[in-house]
Amino acid sequence: MSEIAVTHVPHKRNVPFAQEAAGAIAILALGAVGYFLFPDDLAFLTRLIGIAFLVLSLDLVTGYCGVATLGHAAQFGVGAYAAGIACIRGITDPVALLAVGVFAGTVMGLISGALITRFRGLPQLVLSIAVGQLVAGLANKLSWLTGGSDGLSGIEPGKVFGVFGFDMYSRTAFLFSLGVLAITFVVLKRFVSSPFGLMCRGIKDDDLRAKMIGVSIYPRLVVMYGVAGAVAGIGGALTAISTGVVGLDSVSFERSAEVLVMLVLGGAGHLWGALAGTVIFMIFEHIVAAANPFHWMTLVGLLLILIVVFAPRGLIEPVLSLWAKSRRKGEAA
Amino acid sequence: MTELLEARGVSRSFGGLHVTRDVNFKLASGDRVALIGPNGAGKTTLVNLITGDIAPSEGRFLMAGDDITQLSIPERVRRGLVRTFQTTRLFANLTVADNVALAIMQRKRISRRFFSSSTELPDVKAEWSEILAHLGLDRLAYRKVVELAYGQQRLIELAIGLALHPKVLLLDEPAAGVPHDEAPKILEAINRLPSDIAVLMIEHDMDLVFKFAKRVLVLAAGQLIFEGSPQDVTADHEVRRAYLGSYADARHSA
Repeated sequence: MSEIAVTHVPHKRNVPFAQEAAGAIAILALGAVGYFLFPDDLAFLTRLIGIAFLVLSLDLVTGYCGVATLGHAAQFGVGAYAAGIACIRGITDPVALLAVGVFAGTVMGLISGALITRFRGLPQLVLSIAVGQLVAGLANKLSWLTGGSDGLSGIEPGKVFGVFGFDMYSRTAFLFSLGVLAITFVVLKRFVSSPFGLMCRGIKDDDLRAKMIGVSIYPRLVVMYGVAGAVAGIGGALTAISTGVVGLDSVSFERSAEVLVMLVLGGAGHLWGALAGTVIFMIFEHIVAAANPFHWMTLVGLLLILIVVFAPRGLIEPVLSLWAKSRRKGEAA
Repeated sequence: MTELLEARGVSRSFGGLHVTRDVNFKLASGDRVALIGPNGAGKTTLVNLITGDIAPSEGRFLMAGDDITQLSIPERVRRGLVRTFQTTRLFANLTVADNVALAIMQRKRISRRFFSSSTELPDVKAEWSEILAHLGLDRLAYRKVVELAYGQQRLIELAIGLALHPKVLLLDEPAAGVPHDEAPKILEAINRLPSDIAVLMIEHDMDLVFKFAKRVLVLAAGQLIFEGSPQDVTADHEVRRAYLGSYADARHSA
């Protein structure tokens, strides 16, 4: 231990919630840029925010706990269907619909988690696909409830806080979604840096070591899945509220695979990575698909190969290490 | 001397292979016991049996008189049965401080808190600072484990063990892979362990065994063939034949 150790400077945390608040402000600022620069694309940006919740949710189980899943759309879809069905059956208050989505997503998350986290590795992955397919199959079969392959339509939510009605330009939907995202981000930021969140990262690193300090792993992963389900449920409910329809695509295998791609792209294990991955993938898809509707997936594939080769831990990783470096320089100066 | 851990007639076979055969021993408060034996004698298997990583085919383990044979790994840890690993098993992508803090928070039963920042718990920080300073690791507190040298990682294994406040500590070759000039640091750390806990150390390095142990258990082909003082172990004919060989002769002639 004779070498000169360059210690990382610990985060100074004089102001409680400073980091969380900074994150929320950054999200709101980015949202404001979108709102004013792209007023014609607000429907798309709202959809993007909905998906961002699903990617954040996936990050909680995959990025923070190391659970391999290709069925995560189930949590999102169940939230979307629950909110949509509740709205059609008379609960039209958007905040109440969010609560319905959260509840349904949490229940779905706990059930999935109880099944999936019993196993590790390949069996876990296969089981996650099976759960996803089961939910997709049910959404299709129970057409009296879900609208089957026609989708669930006629979702007409009331005004937000009884004041702001949903408009055809998606202004209300966008701002409402953005606000919910900022609040959720603050809560999640706190959650992932809590003792619980830190222990999840430990379990991801080495589960036998975690057991050997006395941690019962299974119940923790199930709880984490429940939280992830709640977050995905918010995204589903927001999407149902803002688009007025819920289709089978919201529970599809493609959706599950796509969000995993977004997470890897941005950087698993960081909340910012999840958000960055969603924004980059969705905007890339939006632009390229408009320019070349037949071959856009090829380009997405190419982009992903480049990123995995040159930034295997996601796009956020080099950004974070640069930031840490500049901070250290700042401290030294 | 309170009795802390007892193995009663513990056997384990994999198919037709008997890797542990009718092992009996007791560890009491303050014990410093070395478990030695040739390669493949089943030493690590015995540790895995004690911690609950694998279940015995026959026999029982008791802690302070209670049968713990059926308890899971985490339940045994919560009763104070703690081990370190022969090849380091740490939370590699977390900082040194976080590795120790997790053990502390788990022991204090606050590791389920989900809305207080783990870096803002002052008593936890005070405790890991003390443990790391004790082991000379304080300057590395905010480094990721994966960036550290192997010898330093071995010390973190010990730090985690200490943070759990064990009653029985099982050290599986704590000095394995440690550069020679850093080995004394490990021994120093072991010598400063709380005197009331029982320590069982598996070790190949006989110098370390002689410096550490007051009692030696010798395992050969899954059986305990000797129990006694370090001085007697080199004199014992059977042990010499099974294991020590030239080392014992060298020591006698020296």
